[in-house]
Amino acid sequence: MSGHSTRPYFVVYALLMVLLALTVGAATQDFQAWNFPIAMLIATVKAGLILVIFMHLRESSALTWLFASAALVWLAIMLGLSLNDYLFRMG
Amino acid sequence: MTSPTSQASTSHTQSHSATGHLPPVAMQFDDALQQHDACRLGMWLFLSTELMLFGGLFLAYTIFRIAHADVFAEASQHVAPGWATVMTALLLTSSLTMALAVQAVRDGLHRRATVCLLLTMLLGGGFIGIKLHEYHSLYAEHLAPLFGWPFGYSGQQDASLAKMFFVLYFFMTGLHALHMVIGISLLCWIMVAMIRKRDARRWSTAAEMVGLYWHFVDLVWVFLFPLLYLIRPDKWF
Repeated sequence: MSGHSTRPYFVVYALLMVLLALTVGAATQDFQAWNFPIAMLIATVKAGLILVIFMHLRESSALTWLFASAALVWLAIMLGLSLNDYLFRMG
Repeated sequence: MTSPTSQASTSHTQSHSATGHLPPVAMQFDDALQQHDACRLGMWLFLSTELMLFGGLFLAYTIFRIAHADVFAEASQHVAPGWATVMTALLLTSSLTMALAVQAVRDGLHRRATVCLLLTMLLGGGFIGIKLHEYHSLYAEHLAPLFGWPFGYSGQQDASLAKMFFVLYFFMTGLHALHMVIGISLLCWIMVAMIRKRDARRWSTAAEMVGLYWHFVDLVWVFLFPLLYLIRPDKWF
């Protein structure tokens, strides 16, 4: 693991800054109902870059990927099942 | 591991001592690599529980925002997206310097590691500074519904619902800021070791775990930023 090039870090950093500019730019526009999904999409891409490069998932074992994904699965259960109630509750 | 423990451990120690980037092996592990992987896995498990902690607040936020979209849009115009953009840039930059610091510790470059850790701390400190400034202006505007401080909301929307936005704002950013303070303390701990020229090999795993923590906190902010500041930005500063 030693002696790795630091180049990917700088590339990801540049991408993150571009995405930051993009999310700020998108917020100034009125896309009606699409503003929220666009903002979340950009945030998710940023998170993905941080996870894979900065947090070394790229070079991590399958087990680490499993642990990281499990966190997202539990979060999805918490958000998904709760919203299923709040969004579709009648009366 | 089928090979005898001592043999495996010796061979790994030898292969890594040349480049000097793995800590000594504790007795419960077969070799340095297994120890490192176990550490990394434990950290990811911890970060999963952290995600659950923040997840509860994100859930509360989502439910209230769906129910009162216009209230949240109006209330969020009282926080400054311009400053938040600067804060996001500071934090993203700190993640770069953190990643470089972890690499430098791994490579045994004390000086570079120290500089990168210091930069990370300064960028994090800048973030906290702007955050405190924002907290203070909200307090001055009577928009901090904490500790029984006076709260007064003057907008088109219902004040008690707007209060909910500020409650969530303070709890989400407050919990995040607390994590940053812990992160800065951990950085300080690694940096002191680097300044004292302690064997970087012993610190590479610790530095990597602090790095994971720091990037996770950055990651939470990546979502907080559009949720709290960019709903319908009006005034930027």
